[in-house]
Amino acid sequence: MDPIKLIIIGNGMVGHKFVDELYNKADQNQFDVTIFCAEPYVAYDRVHLSSYFSDYQASSLSLVPQGFYENHHVQLLLGEQAVSIDCQKKEVYGASGCIVPYDKLVIATGSNAYVPPIPGADGKDCFVYRSLTDLDKIADCAKRSKVGAVVGGGLLGLEAAGALRKLRIETHVVEFAPILMCEQLDEMGGQLLRKKIEAMDITIHTHKNTKQIIDAEHGKIMQFADGSSIAIDFIVFATGIRPNDALAKQSQLLIGQKGGIQINEYCQTSNPDIYAIGECAVWNSQIFGLVAPGYKMAQIAIDHLLGEDTAPFVGADMSAKLKLLGVDVGSIGDAKGRTPSANSYIYLDEKQEIYKRLIVSGDNKKLLGAVLVGDTSDYGNLLQLMLNQIDLPEHPDALILPSYTGSKPIIGVESLPDSAPICSCLDVTKGQIVAAIQAGCHTVDEIKATTKAGTGCGGCIPMVTQVLNAELSKQGIEVKKQLCAHFAYTRQELYHLIKVGNIKTFQELLEKHGQGYGCEICKPTAASLFASCWNEYVLKPELVSLQDSNDNFLGNIQKDGTYSIIPRSAGGEITPDGLIAVGEIAKKYNLYSKITGSQRIALFGAKLNELPEIWKALIAAGFETGHAYAKALRMAKTCVGSEWCRFGVGDSVAFGVEIENRYKGIRTPHKMKIGVSGCTRECAEAQGKDIGLIATEKGWNLYVCGNGGMTPRHADLLAGNLDRETVVKYMDRFMMFYIRTADKLQRTAVWLQSLEGGIDYLRSVIIDDKLGINAELEKDITGLREQFKCEWKETVENPQYQKRFAHFMNSDLPDNFVQMVSERQQHRPAKPEERIFS
Amino acid sequence: MSEWITICQINDLIPQTGICALVKNEHVAIFRPTENKELYAISNIDPFAKASVLSRGLIGEHKGDLWVASPLKKQRFRLKDGVCLEDVAYNIKAYDVRVSNDSVEIRVD
Repeated sequence: MDPIKLIIIGNGMVGHKFVDELYNKADQNQFDVTIFCAEPYVAYDRVHLSSYFSDYQASSLSLVPQGFYENHHVQLLLGEQAVSIDCQKKEVYGASGCIVPYDKLVIATGSNAYVPPIPGADGKDCFVYRSLTDLDKIADCAKRSKVGAVVGGGLLGLEAAGALRKLRIETHVVEFAPILMCEQLDEMGGQLLRKKIEAMDITIHTHKNTKQIIDAEHGKIMQFADGSSIAIDFIVFATGIRPNDALAKQSQLLIGQKGGIQINEYCQTSNPDIYAIGECAVWNSQIFGLVAPGYKMAQIAIDHLLGEDTAPFVGADMSAKLKLLGVDVGSIGDAKGRTPSANSYIYLDEKQEIYKRLIVSGDNKKLLGAVLVGDTSDYGNLLQLMLNQIDLPEHPDALILPSYTGSKPIIGVESLPDSAPICSCLDVTKGQIVAAIQAGCHTVDEIKATTKAGTGCGGCIPMVTQVLNAELSKQGIEVKKQLCAHFAYTRQELYHLIKVGNIKTFQELLEKHGQGYGCEICKPTAASLFASCWNEYVLKPELVSLQDSNDNFLGNIQKDGTYSIIPRSAGGEITPDGLIAVGEIAKKYNLYSKITGSQRIALFGAKLNELPEIWKALIAAGFETGHAYAKALRMAKTCVGSEWCRFGVGDSVAFGVEIENRYKGIRTPHKMKIGVSGCTRECAEAQGKDIGLIATEKGWNLYVCGNGGMTPRHADLLAGNLDRETVVKYMDRFMMFYIRTADKLQRTAVWLQSLEGGIDYLRSVIIDDKLGINAELEKDITGLREQFKCEWKETVENPQYQKRFAHFMNSDLPDNFVQMVSERQQHRPAKPEERIFS
Repeated sequence: MSEWITICQINDLIPQTGICALVKNEHVAIFRPTENKELYAISNIDPFAKASVLSRGLIGEHKGDLWVASPLKKQRFRLKDGVCLEDVAYNIKAYDVRVSNDSVEIRVD
């Protein structure tokens, strides 16, 4: 069979989605695809257009992976505008004169920016905000301008205002309605959003009807109906969209009353061989100006084209969760409470600038809508409650109260029907997720890869996780949330319980929050948490029984039951006297010596009963414990830096020594390593460390969450060109945030991957103080630092702590299972079959 | 002929931890899981690594029984009888232990 000739006119977000999904579902040879793309760029992310002004890379906005169209043998006509369609001959004509025949045609021409008919609005330096070409024009004009106005305070207008700020333009936003985002927000929500945006030096004018725009000697004057005016240099209109239906009109396809190509529930136009999807289409007199409904139309059109069963298009929920100028905004359903007899619950926190409103039915049973400004963490839950008409809990206001008020109701995902949409961006239902879990996807990442759920805005990830956990426990698979049989909490939850409840012993923790006796999972976790909260001596009687193998005797236990000894040599520095002392001690106790990967000297083969005396000698020689046995900050590896190195830019050794001493011994969820390089040659391999610093001409670049080991990961740049004080401040916050929120034995690299929002989120917490906790984090880490004591010094100074280092409680004989054989001028433990027992 | 050998005093054992004793050339781990005087004794030799370390392991509860997890590779041994949870081929010897007038005693045959 010959392939079906398929043309897609338009290569915007929806047009590309159609092609992408088509190749997910159809055979490569089933279709012969041609794309008309009027713009000079392939499909790009129009939703995040303003990020173009951060790097000016059209490629970073592109939605089309390199080689995607070539690999699928798609004929892409870039820069070719389709000018007419001959529905009889079934041909499309391009502006260059090309003629392409089709069997099936998809129109995805999107929309055009609407400019209101204001005198002067068509003048020089008046722009719209729609395409990359528009952005280039705005950027050009901004170079010779100081002040700009955005007309329109809706979603697009605020996005445009953000773009102008990035261009360092003094920005005004002019809105006709009394509030910003009047489509999505109620009055209080709009006011709070305004306050937040004004704090970014953007001037907001609401209730302004622009009467005319006059060219002045320098720039322009915008005159408003109320008699006021402002002077600006240029204007960007973001006053809404109109479907781009010119081609369809000219081809005699049916057009809606207010424009738009009329489609039926399978996205077919009045000509059954022609589909229309996205913002150019009108269904039931409605135009859908968001990307999610467009994606849904693309899915339906594909299924229909392939002759597969598909649910018809029945409109789309216009709820939205956005980040505008860094402000989280969410709007669900009847956000303005227009439903008769509806009641509202309102939560306002003026300090943190958070506003939440629930609109519920008169009988308090169903959620009708919600407004969220400043905190959209409840969005996923609330959207599900609304979409699936789930009965509300007895006190609906608890849904929007902060989590520290306790007992925040979570809607049980069990109560959702299989048809419930979980991911509205990619239109994935609960049923599809459950099917993926049953087919073997047992992690959120696997579900994301298989179903694409959560790969849009990511707002549904908590919900996806809930579905996963519920389904796994249904299948009898243990869900990771619970620490062990004794504690039904995660490490993070236990941290808060310990901290808030001022709990200092395992018995108390068990009595208040656990059950049973405890085990080798929860005991070391508790020990680590106690240390992270209170930093007390780990071998004191109340804590000693909780310590894992290495902490238990302050050394790394080896295969024969002996221990390694690693004194601190901060930054890898060690004096000749120190080297001699270590050498003499190693000789005296017959210890195998080597240099570790962390620029330290390790002595192996110390018997349990010898540990206190060896450490006594090391301490007398000026050393202290290196915490090599602890899940704690281990060390800072440094290159030789600017003091000696002829390439060095920054003094990496001095800084490394300072920060190793700053954080030494602080117990963390897993071990932590720091690397400090004095220039970009990166000899300290800082990007493979949990925290990495690289000197630049202007200061220090701070990297986080790198790892070597089994799954190497290059660290992410948290911030660049920082002075030392700022580096330390960010490091304080980073460490404490990791301590607070990571899972047990989770390295920073894995932890970052588990943070919803990743490095951007981390940055917003650590640099922008999004959670408002930085003062607390700094205070906590200071508290831990002040508690620091060398625990080996404490041990050798207190004979009562040394008693348990005896190998036999009832004999001074040595452990006869510890035997050595020579190897390479030193020795190694004897294998069991090499041992000699008398 | 069995006899009870005194190892140490009960207060030499920190609650929830173990110690190692030398009993007729055998290494014996003695555990005190709680504050009270209930004690258990099993071989101190980790049968996987053949190292004298079990008294240094963590005591944990699983399925209603108490076990010690080897400090080397975390295999678990039941305190009351030395059964290995991971592999019964590695079960180890258990000893009778008692507290008499605050003295910890092990029975030898």
